[in-house]
Amino acid sequence: MLNSQLILNQSISSDEWTFVPLPSGNEEVKKQAGKVVLFKLTGESLPTELQIDETTIPQIGKIIVPLSVYLKNRDALQARLKNNEIALWLATHETLDALLVSEKDINVFPLIALFVERFQDGRIFTLGNLLRTRYQFKNTLRAFGDVLQDQLFYLKRSGFDSYLIKAGKDVREALKALQSFSDPYQGAVDIPEPVWKRKVR
Amino acid sequence: MYQYDNIDQTIVNERVAQFRDQTSRYLNGKLTDDEFRPLRLQNGLYIQRHAPMLRIAVPYGLLSSKQLRKLADITDRFDRGYGHFSTRQNLQLNWPKLEETPDILEELSKVEMHAIQTSGNCIRNITTDQFAGVAPDEIIDPRAIAEILRQWSTFHPEFSLLPRKFKIAVSGSLQDRAIVQAHDIGLEFYYDKAQKMAIRVWVGGGLGRTPILGSIIREHLEWEHVLTYCEAIIRVYNLHGRRDNIYKARIKILAKALGIEEFKKQVEAEWHYLKNSPNTINESELKRVAKFFTAMPYENLSDQEPTYDEAIQNNKAFASWVKRSVHLHKQKGYRAITLSLKPHGLAPGDATSAQMRTVAELADLYSFGELRVSHEQNLILADVKLQDIFKVWEKAKAHQLATPNIGLLTDIICCPGGDFCSLANAKSIPIATSIQEAFDNLDYLHDIGELELNISGCMNACGHHHVGHIGVLGVDKDGSEWYQVTIGGKQGNDASLGTVIGPSFAAEEMPGVVRKLIDVYIKHRNPEERFIDTVRRLGVNPFKEHVYA
Ligand code: HEM
Ligand code: SF4
Repeated sequence: MLNSQLILNQSISSDEWTFVPLPSGNEEVKKQAGKVVLFKLTGESLPTELQIDETTIPQIGKIIVPLSVYLKNRDALQARLKNNEIALWLATHETLDALLVSEKDINVFPLIALFVERFQDGRIFTLGNLLRTRYQFKNTLRAFGDVLQDQLFYLKRSGFDSYLIKAGKDVREALKALQSFSDPYQGAVDIPEPVWKRKVR
Repeated sequence: MYQYDNIDQTIVNERVAQFRDQTSRYLNGKLTDDEFRPLRLQNGLYIQRHAPMLRIAVPYGLLSSKQLRKLADITDRFDRGYGHFSTRQNLQLNWPKLEETPDILEELSKVEMHAIQTSGNCIRNITTDQFAGVAPDEIIDPRAIAEILRQWSTFHPEFSLLPRKFKIAVSGSLQDRAIVQAHDIGLEFYYDKAQKMAIRVWVGGGLGRTPILGSIIREHLEWEHVLTYCEAIIRVYNLHGRRDNIYKARIKILAKALGIEEFKKQVEAEWHYLKNSPNTINESELKRVAKFFTAMPYENLSDQEPTYDEAIQNNKAFASWVKRSVHLHKQKGYRAITLSLKPHGLAPGDATSAQMRTVAELADLYSFGELRVSHEQNLILADVKLQDIFKVWEKAKAHQLATPNIGLLTDIICCPGGDFCSLANAKSIPIATSIQEAFDNLDYLHDIGELELNISGCMNACGHHHVGHIGVLGVDKDGSEWYQVTIGGKQGNDASLGTVIGPSFAAEEMPGVVRKLIDVYIKHRNPEERFIDTVRRLGVNPFKEHVYA
């Protein structure tokens, strides 16, 4: 049996991509309760310049690089991008703005991965939805991080087709969760029409 | 009321299977406590002081007699023979066993009930006016849209793990009875100039640690857009609401921090994309659902019933109950009746299985087999003929369901507090019962008149203390239990938050404090003036001075 935690298109697959992490930064600066009134109030900070600069980019193979690192090294990576070797990842507290400003066509990336640090973080669903619906991303959309079987149904409905199940969790069990509900009520990315438009009730 | 078709039933059945699997994975050690927590919470299962607590959804407070009988059976079989009706119109079980919760859910599914999203950081049970469909001041019955919202929010993939809980209330009457201003989203229905159903949308209200009344984000929304507009609001919240501090995570904090204008701008920008997307409701879906909420098959009756008037004349106890518990109705010859779950000296909102069966029987005999739960934690028979009211009273009275205190001081809203809840700073039930016992004289109680007294055992405000005319909040001072008192809070169209009168009190002082507040009111009130209006007229000071004198 295949020894992989990756589910792709509803089956367990081997991972052809190499993940490029950000070096761990300093203690995250959490914004003080109520003090900062910013456009974004989510409380996390973005990768620092130092982290971006210290990221090691493997010279060969298919790699998933942090969005911030890609943006900084955009020119140098174009040749490999054309070769389908460059994919992006971003964390749920990042926004898509920087990506959209930089790229006219996000479908140049064969894969975009979203990192969810904690199961409870549901921003990943909105980000998936936006990538698929508003920004028309057509290639592989992967969820990784604290990805457990019980998010999969929601992830699928939010446009994800690839899930890297957290190490130590049973990927075969997880696979079943994609079928938890046969006929969901509301329209979403996978099935755009709500049930009352799909069926005679 | 709404009846499940195959699609609804399948979803609930699949949920039972899913939760059974999640629970067994947890019990087999495949899920950690932390991993299981959000899963069980999405199913209303808390781990409390003595035992787990299971919250069962009563969508917009509507129950059939069959469902209530099932709830009675469940409390007998899986719990200790009683349940607690909550301010969110739900039912809570205080003593279920974790391993048995899947069985409870399975039993519920047999009567088209569930515990889906009764807790956790998701869209919760939609609440509304307990008199929906029968109130004379109703403009639009909001229940069809409430049911459409219920279905839309059930396992909404994008909003299943929000920064914090999310509560929606709907109301379609002149007098708001659903506290739309104290909800994350409040939807107020009306007919616009073109006589089309429209919605005024409130956002960013909530009680809890930082009580805030909502703001109007949209004055006019055409009904077909209600789902997509809510999606726009919740999407902005999902992306930008704080997740680093649970006390700052509600939408009210985001809306306040951005300011309602900026918040609205962002919501409208989202809605620009979502408007007319597939979740836009169409006429046929509204019709399909609305047909479950059409008027009952009423008889053509006169609004005068001699036997009823005589009973009022001849029976003082009946008359005083009628005064408090019988409410006007759209239909001639019918009334709505509130059955009090506030007998003096017992936990407010609790009902025994025997009481549940009694109410089910009353509903079958006299009210088309349906009943409602109010956010004041009482039960309502919405469609009783004048000629049957006396019989209802006799039976209700025999089962301690006819305390004539609806809307009065002892109709206390009260959370489970320190007796059950592990978040509590202080007990709340004993405060409620001691106040009830101190004001056990019914004549006096009726003389004091309308007064809402609400108690929460901590700042989470499950007992709505901020909007109580008198609010009592349990606080912890160096490990002992104290009570802070506010006055001047109010629910309704002119909702307001109460003002703290001063330093907090010990439990045994509380009945005396309430008595002093009442004394000031009695002394200063104008004829027909309610407690809340006297407080508004005089301000807090005279009350404060007397209490601390
Ligand atoms: C016993 C277990 C319970 C626990 C652990 C619990 C927990 C909480 C917490 C943590 C909050 C604050 C949420 C926030 O401010 O973000 C809250 C609010 C609330 N709860 Fe409960 N609760 C319990 C029982 C109840 C009961 C029995 C009722 C109804 C009687 C209830 C109704 C409410 C209401 C109305 C609010 C205020 C919501 C708002 O902020 O707008 N809860 N609860
Ligand atoms: S107000 Fe506090 S004590 Fe009361 S039920 Fe809510 S969390 Fe528990």
